[in-house]
Amino acid sequence: MILKSVEKTRRETLAMAAIAGLAAILAPRLSLADEQAVAAEIKKLYGDKKFESGKIKLDVPEIAENGLVVPVNVDIESPMTDADYVKSVHVFAEGNPLPAVVSYRFTPACGKASASTRMRLAETQNIVCIAEMSNGKLHMAKANVKVTIGGCGG
Amino acid sequence: MISRRDFLQATAAASALTIGSGLGPLGRAAAQQRLTQADILRFDPLGTVTILYVADTHAQLMPLHFREPSVNLGVGEVKGMPPHLTDVEFRNYFKIAAGSADAFALTADDFVALAKNYGRMGGMDRVATLIGAVRAERGDDKVLLLDGGDSWQGSWTSLQTKAQDMVDVMSALKLDAMVGHWEFTYGAERVKQIADSAPFAFLAQNIRDNEWQEPVFEARKMFERGGATIAVIGQALPRTAVANPRWMFPNWEFGIREEDIQKQVDEARAAGASIVVLLSHNGFDVDRKLASRVKGLDVILTAHTHDAMPGLIKVGNTVLVATGSHGKFVSRLDIEVKDKKVADIRFKLMPVFSDAIKPDAAMTALVEKVRAPFAGDLAREIGKTDSLLYRRGNFNGTFDDLICNAMMSERDAEIVLSPGFRWGGTLIPGDAITWEQITNATAITYPNCYRNQMTGTQIKEVLEDVADNIFHPDPYFQGGGDMVRMGGMGYAIDISKPMGSRISEMTHLKSGKPIEASKTYTVSGWASINENTQGPPIWDVVAAHVAKVSTVKIEPNTAVKVTGS
Repeated sequence: MILKSVEKTRRETLAMAAIAGLAAILAPRLSLADEQAVAAEIKKLYGDKKFESGKIKLDVPEIAENGLVVPVNVDIESPMTDADYVKSVHVFAEGNPLPAVVSYRFTPACGKASASTRMRLAETQNIVCIAEMSNGKLHMAKANVKVTIGGCGG
Repeated sequence: MISRRDFLQATAAASALTIGSGLGPLGRAAAQQRLTQADILRFDPLGTVTILYVADTHAQLMPLHFREPSVNLGVGEVKGMPPHLTDVEFRNYFKIAAGSADAFALTADDFVALAKNYGRMGGMDRVATLIGAVRAERGDDKVLLLDGGDSWQGSWTSLQTKAQDMVDVMSALKLDAMVGHWEFTYGAERVKQIADSAPFAFLAQNIRDNEWQEPVFEARKMFERGGATIAVIGQALPRTAVANPRWMFPNWEFGIREEDIQKQVDEARAAGASIVVLLSHNGFDVDRKLASRVKGLDVILTAHTHDAMPGLIKVGNTVLVATGSHGKFVSRLDIEVKDKKVADIRFKLMPVFSDAIKPDAAMTALVEKVRAPFAGDLAREIGKTDSLLYRRGNFNGTFDDLICNAMMSERDAEIVLSPGFRWGGTLIPGDAITWEQITNATAITYPNCYRNQMTGTQIKEVLEDVADNIFHPDPYFQGGGDMVRMGGMGYAIDISKPMGSRISEMTHLKSGKPIEASKTYTVSGWASINENTQGPPIWDVVAAHVAKVSTVKIEPNTAVKVTGS
């Protein structure tokens, strides 16, 4: 798990991507995670708390162009004031050896709660994003990314 | 915007030109063997703007036969909807008489008999005549000419000249803008070189540098025609990096980028556009979904899936045009603008019947000039065919059977795979098979015919993956193209099942035994998207086979059992 305060430069984001990719590369022999493994990770963080939908814009491609570097962009709807802001965002991949891909921490000073990175995906799978708000509320979003062998286009 | 009633009247009026009382002017003329250029061009003009649209010409400069599919299945919400209609269902939907010129141009059954009546279609000199006639009628200042892409690839001359023949021809047609897909298989550098120097715009809002997300091409161009401002937004095939070799454009990233299209539309409106057009290589089903989600598009000019439809399909306030492929059709859209908005649209899919249209002399000369250096090769007769050889169909085509047979014998393989490309001309029984015919079905920049070992499991994975690319119920997860063609192996497919469980009953045809998951088979194929694929170019493999058999005869293919449609 990578914990990091979000800075707004692109260079930082790319550095993040490199680290996130490394996590997957270092663990090639582990068996693939699944829905339960992601649920277990989330339980470790938040116990049995309830999740709401909405607020999270999880932007991943429907079909990965390169499974080694799949772009993921998260954007959480929030005024980002001292009274109401996004505290942290976690991204999980159900089909990767280590389910936890990346975690971000935000402060009101960030101005907005959005981040981009690239992750390595071994196969078609769901990406899960959860956001923890300063008032304790939790949000969840899920998206499927197809990893294909490609070819044979019309 | 036009009401549903107006729209129906608009299409009815346009349709009346080709449909009439079931056997319209074209049909009657054809029945009397008097199909004329005037019949094809006849159009009740509307408003002050005309858009002419061609797509998927696949570098076909000369008239040819191209048989439309007899199997074109839709899944999910679009099951049984156009363009997923063939033969009698297609004719009933669009009110086309069996045996008519339109039936020949748009459907597949009775193709051989009708081909003898109606002759070839397309040819850039005929296309030039139609475009010239519309420009003369409307005035150059009212006409916009657009190309939906896949115009630079699909012939020996385009391959040998790295698309220069098509760039010269499209420039001579005074093309205003185009978008791309197969164009990118000439490599990033060549495409940028043409885009930067050609007299037409090369538009693609959805291609970005994959490091900095900067746009690679111009996203949109504004044109003034007939006193109206028209915004044209380009959309390249979103799946190019998956469907074709990514190593040829390693720094480019594609995708649908719906929100960015919306931004382009909004910016175009803010900049004064009265008409907003998406020039799209998404494929029809993707565009139909996109039209329901992006607001403010007046027209989507569709391409990629090679559908030809003699009527507009309307989604909300957006009309979709499907103009066919291989130069068989030129679409004409007349648009009336009132108060800076589209008030009415009238449409006709003009069929390019080569025998009925007087070739444009200047274009005939240009086509001859670009073909001259290769004329000897193109005309070289390798053999002849006793069978109808065609490409289109979701699961097989007889031209693909020929390619598979060639790989089986020339590469000594147990099982062969041939890509489900939708381009390549059709040959009718008795036709000579020339070098031009072979390369019209094979001319790509990654032609190597590989030979290697694959397990039964790996073969199944390929079939499942490709099937999902065609039959995923959500069009945004589809990539276009047809099912990979198999030689030496049969299988059953249930297209309604999810990925991983569509394919069953894989059978080795020669032995009649089931394909074993762990057993290794010698497999040959071509058009691999992997870099440094080894093997002879596929056109040499096919030519060697045709030369040996001399007269090609394709047996009916019953190796694929389809359910769930």
